[in-house]
Amino acid sequence: MSNRLRWRKFVSHFMLTLTGICTFVAVAVLFFILGYLVYHGGTSVNWNFFTKLPAPVGEAGGGMANAIVGSGKLLLLACLFGVPIGFFGAIYLAEFSGGTIAFIVRYAADLLNGVPSIVIGIFAYSLVVLPFKHFSTLAGGVALGLMMIPITLRSTEEFLRAVPKSLREGAMALGASKWRTIASVVVPAAYRGILTAVLLAFARVAGETAPLLFTAFGNRFWSPGWTQPTSSLPVMIFTYAIAPYEDWHRQAWAAGLVLLGLILVINIVARVILSRGVAVPRT
Amino acid sequence: MHASARPAVSVKITPPVTTPSSREAQAPLVMRMTVDKVNFFYGPKQVLFDIDLNIAASKVTSLIGPSGCGKSTLLRTLNRMHETVRSSRLEGQILIDNQNILAEDVTALRRRVGMVFQRPNPFPKSIFENVAYGLRINGTKLSMSDAVEKSLRHAALWDEVKDQLHKSAYELSGGQQQRLCIARALAVEPEVLLLDEPCSALDPISTAKIEELLVQLRDLCTIVIVTHNMQQAARVSDFTAFLLTGQLIEFSPTPQLFTTPSDARTEAYITGRFG
Repeated sequence: MSNRLRWRKFVSHFMLTLTGICTFVAVAVLFFILGYLVYHGGTSVNWNFFTKLPAPVGEAGGGMANAIVGSGKLLLLACLFGVPIGFFGAIYLAEFSGGTIAFIVRYAADLLNGVPSIVIGIFAYSLVVLPFKHFSTLAGGVALGLMMIPITLRSTEEFLRAVPKSLREGAMALGASKWRTIASVVVPAAYRGILTAVLLAFARVAGETAPLLFTAFGNRFWSPGWTQPTSSLPVMIFTYAIAPYEDWHRQAWAAGLVLLGLILVINIVARVILSRGVAVPRT
Repeated sequence: MHASARPAVSVKITPPVTTPSSREAQAPLVMRMTVDKVNFFYGPKQVLFDIDLNIAASKVTSLIGPSGCGKSTLLRTLNRMHETVRSSRLEGQILIDNQNILAEDVTALRRRVGMVFQRPNPFPKSIFENVAYGLRINGTKLSMSDAVEKSLRHAALWDEVKDQLHKSAYELSGGQQQRLCIARALAVEPEVLLLDEPCSALDPISTAKIEELLVQLRDLCTIVIVTHNMQQAARVSDFTAFLLTGQLIEFSPTPQLFTTPSDARTEAYITGRFG
């Protein structure tokens, strides 16, 4: 074997190893985080964690029931506020608007997507918190909803555009109006993609902390209704992690584990939805 | 309805007076649709020039010509599907039963003038729901399952799918899908059915089935078919129009056009010298 050939073989093996290691590291990060969370927080994820209010400072035990419910309420509001706007906006973009408007709106949505979440928080603060004069679930929901709009809008639009033109023509040739065509053929043909997009947007905002800091704020107790400050999992993690108590640290880890588990479940559900049923063939 | 004294008119062509077919009595032709001096543009580009065409009721009229001659465009103007292209513009008028289609509500028009496309385009729904779609959006009072069965029988598909009506339409073969699209169009009982190269994506056996079907469907509605297959036009149609670069060159009863064409360009095309 000539030296040249030997050198080529060496380079080939070297690159194979290098790319393999990089892939391994990329995947390992996820498992490392997961393992770390389980190691530190696993013991604190118990029945009390899901059912009890936070214990007073200095007392061991307690849970995060109020934060879990608070996160649920915030995310519900966010979906009610963000998903319809993103969804119907996407329908307008994909089906009705001309090229120029679509370009501008798409660009604006991408910019909005890139706005730091803390800035969204300030915006929701001045929009909802200042007029009401106190922190509230409503303000937090609006902040998270604002973040869901561009993600939902852009991906819904993509999925609507992927529906073949021939389906639209088929419906219109039967005497369906434009709106009827969209509602009864185009959206059903794209619904799995749209649902996935919404779930991913949901997963994205579920872990957001910054926009909640001065909108939903935090609460050591239950937050009745929608106009009181409320606790939420990400903010609890933030507060507990920087506190000087060993027990709080463990609970912060546990909250992180629950949050990650939730996002993982949503991701898996999204993927299952995407892989089921018959896909519309592309033409 | 009986308005036109000239059953078929084209540039420099003497109109045919009688039906070509021997299988029927020589009844006077009733004109279902009339295309009157139609010029059509995509943006600045003109694709149809002064088209005059009469479409006889309960007959099959075929439009033939080489690619890009405007035959599909002409077909799409008949139920205003051309309006889906933003920059398109139509001059002249098109009449259905002596009413101007441009003045009619477009959704109402398309219920009267149905369309089947080049590639089968069933909706991502069940076979049953595909056929029922047109009835549902038009709010019919008829029994849905009877109407669906009737349409599927008309499209000669019933026997093949009657046990799997609730399966996805995508599980059918290409030829079955195309017949499903025909059934779907027939369900709303259109007066005219437009077919845009309905067999170009199909194998010969499926093609034969659809051709057989078209001949039978003549009793239900008026048929206009675009085809790039001259033999197909010769087999299924009563009248044939030959288009070339946006102009109607010749429009005659099918046997006449294929045996004794009166224009040299028609002859050149049907004998395969170009196209």
